Amino acid sequence: MSELQQEPTAVQGEGRYVLGDPIADTRAPDSPIADRWSDRKFSARLVNPANRRKMSVIVVGTGLAGAAAAATLGEAGYHVKSFCYQDSPRRAHSIAAQGGINAAKNYRYDGDSIHRLFYDTVKGGDFRSRESNVHRLAEVSLNIIDQCVAQGVPFAREYSGLLDTRSFGGTQVSRTFYARGQTGQQLLLGAYQALERQVHAGTVEVHPRTEMLDLIVVDGKARGIVTRNLFTGQLDTHLADVVILCSGGYGNVYYLSTNAKGSNVTAAWRAHKRGALFANPCYTQIHPTCIPVSGEYQSKLTLMSESLRNDGRVWVPKERGDDRDPNDIPEDERDYYLERQYPAFGNLVPRDIASRAAKNMCDAEHGVGPSGLGVYLDFKDAIARLGRPAVEAKYGNLFEMYERITGDDPYETPMRIYPAIHYTMGGLWVDYDLRSTIPGLFVGGEANFSDHGANRLGASALMQGLSDGYFVLPTTVADYLADAPFDEVPEDHPAVQEAVESTRARIDKLLSANGHRTVDSFHRELGQLVWDQCGMARSKEGLEKALDRIPSLREEFWRDVKIVGTGDGFNQSLEKAGRVADFMELAELMCIDALHREESCGGHFRVESQTEDGEAQRDDENFAYVAAWEYAGDNQRPVLHKEDLEFSYVHPTQRSYK
Amino acid sequence: MKLTLRIWRQASPEAKGKMQKYVLDDVEPDMSFLEMLDVLNEKLVIDGKDPVSFDHDCREGICGSCGMVINGNAHGPQQYTTTCQLHMRHFDDGDTIDIEPWRAKAFPVVKDLVVDRSALDEIIKSGGYISVNTGSAPEAHAIPVDKVSADDAFDAATCIGCGACVAACPNGSSMLFTAAKVTHLGLLPQGQPERQTRAINMLARQDELDFGGCTNVGACHEVCPKGIPLASIAQLNHDVLGATLTGARSD
Repeated sequence: MSELQQEPTAVQGEGRYVLGDPIADTRAPDSPIADRWSDRKFSARLVNPANRRKMSVIVVGTGLAGAAAAATLGEAGYHVKSFCYQDSPRRAHSIAAQGGINAAKNYRYDGDSIHRLFYDTVKGGDFRSRESNVHRLAEVSLNIIDQCVAQGVPFAREYSGLLDTRSFGGTQVSRTFYARGQTGQQLLLGAYQALERQVHAGTVEVHPRTEMLDLIVVDGKARGIVTRNLFTGQLDTHLADVVILCSGGYGNVYYLSTNAKGSNVTAAWRAHKRGALFANPCYTQIHPTCIPVSGEYQSKLTLMSESLRNDGRVWVPKERGDDRDPNDIPEDERDYYLERQYPAFGNLVPRDIASRAAKNMCDAEHGVGPSGLGVYLDFKDAIARLGRPAVEAKYGNLFEMYERITGDDPYETPMRIYPAIHYTMGGLWVDYDLRSTIPGLFVGGEANFSDHGANRLGASALMQGLSDGYFVLPTTVADYLADAPFDEVPEDHPAVQEAVESTRARIDKLLSANGHRTVDSFHRELGQLVWDQCGMARSKEGLEKALDRIPSLREEFWRDVKIVGTGDGFNQSLEKAGRVADFMELAELMCIDALHREESCGGHFRVESQTEDGEAQRDDENFAYVAAWEYAGDNQRPVLHKEDLEFSYVHPTQRSYK
Repeated sequence: MKLTLRIWRQASPEAKGKMQKYVLDDVEPDMSFLEMLDVLNEKLVIDGKDPVSFDHDCREGICGSCGMVINGNAHGPQQYTTTCQLHMRHFDDGDTIDIEPWRAKAFPVVKDLVVDRSALDEIIKSGGYISVNTGSAPEAHAIPVDKVSADDAFDAATCIGCGACVAACPNGSSMLFTAAKVTHLGLLPQGQPERQTRAINMLARQDELDFGGCTNVGACHEVCPKGIPLASIAQLNHDVLGATLTGARSD
């Protein structure tokens, strides 16, 4: 990014950032929207099969996007190195996705089409996503289902032998393919098996228990990564012609989230600090149906599938602080607040709306459970209407899981639920080709910002991960590699050495603090702060409070963290510390982004920007853009680059679910 | 509640390990087993002692990372439950709990409760897939699958690769793990062309690694958090026999 306008802007957050040049080009073809992907595929350059094995590709992360990309590039004949921090690529957190994957197959003949999936996704994202990317996602959705079926993914089927679908997340068509409540697991195992097949074929090398700690940029191009072997503690460099990050989202900045404990932002954040823009960090998604926190020791939150809201009714006691047993509260003393406030959609309003409504009820002291942070999800009426066996057939495994965790039987006592951080729509900025702003660095899956705007619809994350991995990246990476192989980078190149040395210095610094507080205690404090001020509702006052606190918390962390052991071997505290250090930096950018965006949209709810009846109020005139942030140096104000969003096919409207 | 923990501590793969005793005074029934260990580790770090290493990630019973032998049982006392989903309400005040890593020749200890399970990836690598390249798939509805086969395939496909079956087996065999994948893919029409070669290749690779042989004890199924049916092993043997009779070869 070139010259900056140095004068501070006059909007909120003034003085906290600098406005830079707008982003001019996203590389999407300018043909009619339905032709863009075909046009791009045709214009993408090809690489002669005999030359592919001379070209090397690094893929960081083995979730849906990473495993799919590594397997497909391996099939094409490139030399691929794949990295994950888990002990096996099969354990990436895509595995935990429950609900399903959308595809515009229209097998139900219920009026679905590519255009409708495109439309629903743009609208669901509250008109903050890029039309070109979303349309491609809808097109590719058809190929994904074909591919997964051919791999042997055991999708749910009807007695005809054909694929079953269900409706999901407030859409009016039935386009969600699923494998019981374990769709993510089955899709990931499909991609993992395709990856292992390439390992067998010799095209892919997998490096498990290996964490990327820095990006190596040589002469302006991404040329490799610095990794730490989590078994031995050894720092290594891996060099390649192209680097692809598919390292997932940053929900663990909140400490408590539905993410896996190891999920982290480090790979993406290191790339950001090496020059990749980070887009829309304040767009985070809160899932309304999670099991509430039960105590101080809580280490993570567990999601209960959204499908429960098809039959469960959400309520709180009408009287504040009513702590009677829920079964003793008579019908006329219950407030079925979603049905009352949103008669058209009732309990099936989208995630952001259901979450905020639960928070409002708890803030008004109607919350239930020991902490007062919970609402009831009641199946009494469904059991009376359908009979217990029918409810058991539909939700049996979820009810068992709930009972295993809470000790309560949902057939007898209503479930208690509360919203939790589940997904992050923000991520590294990418163009239509999924190129970041560093040449040679591509970003796929949840790690990029591209397709979900300010709110992701249910069953769309799996679709995007596999779309990027199987279909988009292999095409666009090949186009980039048409110019490769590039000049060989020697191991002793100054840029390589600098990356290794700075990584080593960072580890030494963490280990030498030898203070008084554990890594988790800092992470909990950061998480609580970000949850309170940059969670379900954000205000200028709260965000400024967080922005005043984060730098001092970060300073305390580096001074007072206590890590036992050394860097030469298996040390889980050290691993965690490095990740938390990066979350401390990301948290500040999230709050700046949230402060500058003086509108409410999707998962970003600014209390100052709401309609008379308390719904999110967008400001299309001033904020219909992607906020892409440039790192300007430690303790320097970040630079904001705006990518204007144009809506030529879907006209922005106020979302209404009343 | 107050608990006495006896935990296997081993500093490195080469080091000699031993059981070490710890007392925890303030365990709450709603804690998960891993949260109980988190509390112990926080105390150890504050005291400047090395925290207990253990594998974990999703903490919702699906990634297969966690796994420890609790009072002699892989994943502990509750059936169909991974260690991360086990809660302390299943223990009583004053209990002593023994916590050990998976014990199997094929799973060397890395540190404390962490073992190296990469041998399981080796088995999948040798044939646990359907050989279809991206982009070459036919239209999904061109391959109908009868519902019973699809459901049975799904039951086998739910394996999370945690390795409890190996840890529980007196022979240290991975037969249930291998059989689950052979059954999943072998029941589907897409999996037919490679059905027999897949079975013999995966079994041969399993035998080359440090796993023991299967003698139909059934302990694997008992501890499996996903309840993978023991009949999967019969299916594997069936496919291997078929391969022997037809002379199926992979090359």
